[in-house]
Amino acid sequence: MDAHAWQVFAQSFDDILIPGLCMTIPLTVAAFSLCMVVALLLAMVQYAKVPVLRQFARFYIWIFRGTPLLVQLFIVYYGLPRVGIVIHEVVAAIAVIGLNYAAYCAETIRAALESVPVGQVEAGYCTGLSYIQIMRRIVLPQAMKTAFPTLSNSLISMLKDTSLAANITVMEMLQKTKQIVARTYEPLVLYIEVGLIYLAFSTILTWLQGRGERRLSTHRVKRRRNENADA
Amino acid sequence: MPMLEVKGITKGFGTLDVLRGVDLTVERGDVVAILGPSGSGKTTLLRCINFLETADAGTLVFDGESFELGHVSKRDIARLRKKTAFVFQNYNLFSNKTALENVTEGLILGHKMPKTQARDVGRRALDRVGLSDRYDYYPDQLSGGQQQRVAIARAIAPEPEIIYFDEPTSALDPELTVEVLAVMRRLAEDGMTMLVVTHEMGFARTVSNRVIFMEDGVVAESGPSKEFFENPKEERTKAFLRSIGTTMAGESGKKENQAKE
Repeated sequence: MDAHAWQVFAQSFDDILIPGLCMTIPLTVAAFSLCMVVALLLAMVQYAKVPVLRQFARFYIWIFRGTPLLVQLFIVYYGLPRVGIVIHEVVAAIAVIGLNYAAYCAETIRAALESVPVGQVEAGYCTGLSYIQIMRRIVLPQAMKTAFPTLSNSLISMLKDTSLAANITVMEMLQKTKQIVARTYEPLVLYIEVGLIYLAFSTILTWLQGRGERRLSTHRVKRRRNENADA
Repeated sequence: MPMLEVKGITKGFGTLDVLRGVDLTVERGDVVAILGPSGSGKTTLLRCINFLETADAGTLVFDGESFELGHVSKRDIARLRKKTAFVFQNYNLFSNKTALENVTEGLILGHKMPKTQARDVGRRALDRVGLSDRYDYYPDQLSGGQQQRVAIARAIAPEPEIIYFDEPTSALDPELTVEVLAVMRRLAEDGMTMLVVTHEMGFARTVSNRVIFMEDGVVAESGPSKEFFENPKEERTKAFLRSIGTTMAGESGKKENQAKE
């Protein structure tokens, strides 16, 4: 590799990192927030066996899980204008990525809800709790703890999949890199560079996941609190 | 007036008739043992009485108030459940809550008790079952016997009018069975009304004052415990008592007494 390549590599770092911080990360945060809300609703209507809504959830998951994310992005961004619906590319990316991931996360959460022994729900009723109270205080906290590692997985996966938004002109990290490549003709170092920045972001998320899991381990939290109380 | 009266309760699962018209009466202060071979419908009966299963037909009279089983509103079910408590075979403690929180959760949310008062009541309930040193332990840090005693504390804390026990010692090792039975014996001595599905003949014989013997979804024989064990009338009852053996009953009774001493 020659000096030009390394020079481009060094000079482009800021140019790639900035859209990472200003677009990739906010895009991921927004899409994942949407994803969690929708996934929770989809999982709960199935867990509670709500008629009609439950069938809707199955249909939703069938559609979003059964077609490629990139196709969904194209339909919304390039297809919908044909019928007069024009959506800003960032909004389209947030909506499509969030709704797509919701289909997967809904299944994760549903499985976690169903893993809480039904006997605890019965015990809840017998101690005078209402269905809502049982869900909020007993079932959901246990389910979210179970679902946490898998949901973290989805979050990391989503962070990388925001690069698909480059295909609908969102100026995120990959799109920016492509522009620099077009100008400098150094695809190898530049694509490796953007890959390394994605890796750095994922590493931070992995570290956060580890911290989150330790916090969710209730025993540790409680013991620490007790020790403080004793001191 | 009996506190609890059940008349003609029936329940089927698909083509299987589990309960085929069961009558039952519990007076205040009674400790009634429901005995019978596996599959005779004992547990289903208890679950129907507390609406964990919906009975197909029958009448339930609680404190003089009559309910048509199968047509009881959610509101009435919730109201009735606040006067009763249920102890499960598998304890069913809330695994994300400490022992104390398991007891206080229902007091605070279900019975609308202020938190500080609930914690006092909860600690006293755990003291009564001998778990004063385990308030802040999570269920998976407790032995089976301790978990079941937390479940009993959770049951007694709201001062229910009756506690239903569904085979409370079936999941326990013999030595842990003893500690749970000792707690139940003390509750009985304190005058708690209890309806207990059990396989512990020693308990049925020495603690309960009445026995209901079920077979194939009907009550085959019922009466005072002493009479039931010493002078059973029905041939089926005699066969059952023979099959479990009097030695077993004698032994578990003895073990319990030892534990008490």
